[in-house]
Amino acid sequence: MQDLLYFFQQLINGLTIGSTYALIAIGYTMVYGIIGMINFAHGEIYMIGAYTALIAITGLATLGIAWLPLILIVALLCAVIVSSSMGWAVERVAYRPVRGRHRLIPLISAIGMSIFLQNYVHLAQGSRNIGFPALMEGSFRFGSAEGFQLSLSYMQITIFITTLVCMTILSLFISRSRIGRACRAVSQDLGMANLLGIDTNRIISATFVIGAALAAVAGLLLGMYYGSVDPLFGFIAGLKAFTAAVLGGIGSIPGAMLGGLILGVAESMTSGYLSGEYKDVVSFSLLILILLFKPTGLLGKPEVEKI
Amino acid sequence: MATPNFKHALFCAIVTLIIAYPILGLNLVAQGTKVGLEGATTSTVISVVLAAFVVFFFQLFRDSIMGNLGKLPKLNPLSGREPMPQAKRAKLESWVLTAIVVFALFWPFLVSRGSVDLATLVLIYVMLALGLNVVVGLAGLLDLGYVAFYAVGAYTFALLSQYFGFSFWAALPIGACLAALFGLVLGFPVLRLRGDYLAIVTLGFGEIIRILLNNWTAVTGGPNGIGGIPEPTLFGMEFGRRVKEEGNTSFHETFGIAYSGEHKVIFLYLIALVLAVITALVIRRLMRMPVGRAWEALREDEIAARSLGLSRTAVKLSAFTIGAFFAGFAGTVFASKQGFISPESFVFLESAIILAIVVLGGMGSQIGVILAAIAVTILPELAREFADYRMLIFGAAMVLMMVWRPQGLMPMRRIHIELKRQE
Repeated sequence: MQDLLYFFQQLINGLTIGSTYALIAIGYTMVYGIIGMINFAHGEIYMIGAYTALIAITGLATLGIAWLPLILIVALLCAVIVSSSMGWAVERVAYRPVRGRHRLIPLISAIGMSIFLQNYVHLAQGSRNIGFPALMEGSFRFGSAEGFQLSLSYMQITIFITTLVCMTILSLFISRSRIGRACRAVSQDLGMANLLGIDTNRIISATFVIGAALAAVAGLLLGMYYGSVDPLFGFIAGLKAFTAAVLGGIGSIPGAMLGGLILGVAESMTSGYLSGEYKDVVSFSLLILILLFKPTGLLGKPEVEKI
Repeated sequence: MATPNFKHALFCAIVTLIIAYPILGLNLVAQGTKVGLEGATTSTVISVVLAAFVVFFFQLFRDSIMGNLGKLPKLNPLSGREPMPQAKRAKLESWVLTAIVVFALFWPFLVSRGSVDLATLVLIYVMLALGLNVVVGLAGLLDLGYVAFYAVGAYTFALLSQYFGFSFWAALPIGACLAALFGLVLGFPVLRLRGDYLAIVTLGFGEIIRILLNNWTAVTGGPNGIGGIPEPTLFGMEFGRRVKEEGNTSFHETFGIAYSGEHKVIFLYLIALVLAVITALVIRRLMRMPVGRAWEALREDEIAARSLGLSRTAVKLSAFTIGAFFAGFAGTVFASKQGFISPESFVFLESAIILAIVVLGGMGSQIGVILAAIAVTILPELAREFADYRMLIFGAAMVLMMVWRPQGLMPMRRIHIELKRQE
């Protein structure tokens, strides 16, 4: 019984982290699906989202506003606005001019952008990690009082619900809206979509903006969950999310969701049963193994090499 | 003035404000256990607003500005000149290189200890960058975990000397070969992957190595690192004041000169110089050999190269292994120079710096890469007050280079024929 409870606890923790990875992974997967490049700076956009949310929360606290839903909504809005502007600007400055060149060139440009943004925040806000105020405390507890207790915190529930809402909105947006339809068309064939009168530049910008907005949501959630942010916090999270995107099949949105959840659970099981230090090793090894044995991922389509 | 331009310019200016003001203008400060918010200085706010204005006006008059820029006479007066004949150029290049090496041999005896120390570091970066240049510049494989091989070289020497008492000279080939072996073992499965996947996998590999070094405390000392790594000896002569090991003599006693701490520093510098020159020469030869041609052929057009009978795996693997070998070389020298190593020295940022050197110098070009290594290492030392901005500038420089001059500052030149475009 104890063991089972412990297992479920790890599962819950894993799904919590995993659902935020999924949110970040969507940004990678959408951009990859459309222009076939890895947006290396995506992790930094997520980090900036977390910082902005923290700035907004602190600002509201200074103004003396203490009503939790208002704080969360304002923080979320600020994070989303700043991050999506950042996503738009990054695409404009660093990716659009190099689009269509040799594959390594956009990638190196993206790495440069990632280093730049990391240091931009580092210089502006300092390198120390800053604590998020604990806004949501308490949890539901299950199990006997003397033994191991399964706990499901309010924060975790918030994360699940928010992720679910975001995913639903995104799916509806992609499948129903005009821009969503254009996105799908562009990801199938950019040149053809252009010929048919779709403004592909605008669609690519929109993809970056949507990805950045979801990353900002993840930034707020994970910042609150972990309780602190620092300028390097986006780098590892970005890599994990990329792993999730690859795991699910890069280019596929449901794949990114699935990949995120699997990765989160795998990590949390590693820290629960082996050691917390090796959880990064496990996720990177997972990444390497998938790329070696099933480069298309779980739900991805095989890429035909065109000559 | 066209309205769409105005709208776009306004939008760009607002975006600039949105991305700059919250991060730059509002600073989070820790107040005890709580976090407070502080407005930035007025000058920061003014510069943010100014930046927004600059963006606004630039976007507003973008077309005319870019048009006028295009009309400006070329800044480089030599740009219209015919390129030098290949034979003359090669001759000149080898003369210049020889002169630089000769100068570098005598230079340390004239300057202070600090500059010699810095120069040793520059040479280590030169080795690393030349090695990575083979992988990224010539073979076109983006390796973001290059620092892992550097770490393998450094840790091999540190561990061998700690547990088995190996000297620098014995450990140097072992470290380099072990790093090459790592490159071979990693490369074998992953080189089938496409360019960008390869980049991520190597990045993951680099992180794995670092995490293992950090956590395998029993052997590597974990985050505390390994200290007491011996310095190189010259035919059994040590450079310390007292001889540490049985059977060795000390340098200053043998030659009957007064002890000076500078001997050791200069000796290390000379070793690094010799190794860097060896690296450069070996790679220079390799570039002209069939294997070097094959690297470039595969980079330019994989399908064409394969249909001409090149083995993709063998060619890529050779580039990867050779790159790793020289990283191991550099790692051994680094361990010996520092006398102490820890996983801190082998983070992703280090890989990014080496990559930045290769990119700035011009992928594939040896002279360009060497000059970039010197510039990237020395400039931050000269402008110490800007040291914080170093990585910021690196990042920006990488982006700008890719946008404006992806071939680098000193691109590689090759004998080639350009096909005329069909009208």
